[in-house]
Amino acid sequence: MQQKNQYNKEAELLRFTTAGSVDDGKSTLIGRLLYDSGLIPDDQYDSIKLASERKGESEVNLALLTDGLRAEREQGITIDVAYRYFATKNRRFIIADTPGHIQYTRNMVTGASTANLALVLVDARKGVTEQTRRHVFIASLLKIPHLVLCVNKMDLVDYEKNVFDAIRSEFSEFSAKLEISDIQFIPVSALKGDNIVEKSEKMLWYEGPSLLYLLENVHIGSDYNLIDCRFPIQSVIRPQNTDYRAYAGMVAAGIFKPGDKVMHLPSKLKTSIASIEIGCESIAEAYPPMSVSMQLKDEIDISRGDMIVRENNSPTVSNQLEVMACWFSNKPLTEKSQFILKHTTREAKVLVQEIRYKIDINTLHRIENSKQLELNEFARIRIRTSQALFYDKYKLNRVTGSLIFIDEKTFETVGAGMIL
Amino acid sequence: MKHFSYIEQLESETIFIIREAVASFENPILLFSGGKDSLVMLHIAMKAFYPANLPFPIMHIDTGHNFPETLKFRDDLVSKYNLRLIVASVQESIDNGRVIEETGINASRNYLQTITLLDAIEKHHFDVAFGGGRRDEEKARAKERFFSHRNEFGQWDPKNQRPELWYLFNSKKHQGEHFRVFPLSNWTEKDIWQYICNKNIEVPTLYFSHLRECFYRDGVLLAKSDYVPMKPDEKPKWMQVRFRTIGDMTCTGATLSDAATSEEVLHEIIAMRITERGGRFDDKRSETAMEDRKKEGYF
Repeated sequence: MQQKNQYNKEAELLRFTTAGSVDDGKSTLIGRLLYDSGLIPDDQYDSIKLASERKGESEVNLALLTDGLRAEREQGITIDVAYRYFATKNRRFIIADTPGHIQYTRNMVTGASTANLALVLVDARKGVTEQTRRHVFIASLLKIPHLVLCVNKMDLVDYEKNVFDAIRSEFSEFSAKLEISDIQFIPVSALKGDNIVEKSEKMLWYEGPSLLYLLENVHIGSDYNLIDCRFPIQSVIRPQNTDYRAYAGMVAAGIFKPGDKVMHLPSKLKTSIASIEIGCESIAEAYPPMSVSMQLKDEIDISRGDMIVRENNSPTVSNQLEVMACWFSNKPLTEKSQFILKHTTREAKVLVQEIRYKIDINTLHRIENSKQLELNEFARIRIRTSQALFYDKYKLNRVTGSLIFIDEKTFETVGAGMIL
Repeated sequence: MKHFSYIEQLESETIFIIREAVASFENPILLFSGGKDSLVMLHIAMKAFYPANLPFPIMHIDTGHNFPETLKFRDDLVSKYNLRLIVASVQESIDNGRVIEETGINASRNYLQTITLLDAIEKHHFDVAFGGGRRDEEKARAKERFFSHRNEFGQWDPKNQRPELWYLFNSKKHQGEHFRVFPLSNWTEKDIWQYICNKNIEVPTLYFSHLRECFYRDGVLLAKSDYVPMKPDEKPKWMQVRFRTIGDMTCTGATLSDAATSEEVLHEIIAMRITERGGRFDDKRSETAMEDRKKEGYF
């Protein structure tokens, strides 16, 4: 089964995030996925083998592959998001491995913000827990298109079909209330390797694919919005002693071509695209996620934080907006508090005007009349910014629909928001 | 729409991050070792601002134990592209008493570089330093952010990092603090070589197979040099080798290889079962050698 670490330069990219509760074996699962696919380099394997022996463990502890920091190894827990890279014949994978406890929401939201797929683990003995619900809620809120629920530790429940079925139906009842387009269930044992890379002989009642097969074959249509043209300006490129002037940025949505009629925000002045370049090379079209520089026909005063759009398809331009906020700080968010806000390449001051309601992540019910938003909580809030933002709803565009809150004094990133 | 390949996506991400950092900070520096990662980073940085000049200088932390090939390569590159080069010298840090040279058979200046680097950042008032670190290199690096905050002592606090969501980077800092920015975070060693092949990027000849006098120490193949004292039982032999990483001569391991071109190196790496840092003596000191150095302010 020794598969080689494949490399195909035209391979598709799947970014997935993993989440689970304490001790449900998430690091072991990733370790197993890499090990059984033959993707763990020998020196890394030797190093965790040695570390396992030092700790007096009889089997090689595959979880050590992802627990990188000293404190993580000492305490046997994962503290911070770790990124892992692997490839099979047709896919490249970036795993954002997010820890199940300390600052779990913060880390999960971070991992989820760029993922196409969320892999959520539950312990077969414990079933769906509060944390499972939280993770799945976050995945749905961040609009991750695919969700895989791995029921782990099946070896500890004698690979019983009815254990798996009970968890599946309990989970389905909960997830029906959420917006997730694709959910798959897999019974696994990360420790023993059942249904990770190969189909398990011990669960012949399970007719679905192994985890790796699913990861390799799940349909990842373009995540990008190719309709609503949005080009947030990062900077202006102006070499000394020349008339050359180009606007640098990464295309957030839509397809831009030389000759296209465009509009500049906030001025609403209209012009057209003279040329689009990547380095010294002119290109015929630019679409997400290309970093390009754009020259325009007319001279307009344009700076960082502005946006180029199509004249008949403008984002909302406003300084009043409603967002679903997630809070990361021990210091709660309260009404009338102020922060620094970052949205696309724009920065502004922001005032929280109203906490409309919080969400109970267990029942998904609204909690009205809340005056503050605590660590790890979600709420719909109304905010006002010091200057207008050019935005779309998060569900239409992850780039122009997302923002972060920064504390004015400590400069910590204290919250994230999805524009409604 | 033509296919936008995975390597092109990586390049685009790197351009975006370098442009974000330059727009968000006042005084950037690019840390340059002459190794493949810093060469790819430099190549993409020049592309990000073309046709304008590179809007920041590059800095080499010179341990004094470099391969001579690396220094020549560096100087040729600087004159070819008209770059501004700053050299910060570990020897000077030793002479000034800022650091004390290690002694013993495995003595290395690798650990001393951190002080030289932090002193140089302070002296030149750099508020952001671009590093070529990649998350696939090493387990502590897997936890690194694109925009990595350093306190006023230049230290990294891995347990208390700012969350990084979408592509919204928080570049806020207090007086005396700085940032490290890692534009190549998502690249793997193979991606780097694929890019070097695609773009025909010149790299030091050390990366390609050549004859060199080497000897084994604790499973690592080291080049014979004046900087590495040999034990009596260590007998150097002429071997056909290349280097997978280019650090200083005291801690960079060679690998037996016939790969003589970028394409051959790429193919060799695809088939390989040892990570590039498996040949680094500096990482073998302890299980968490990289984390410990990074916390103090290492690259």
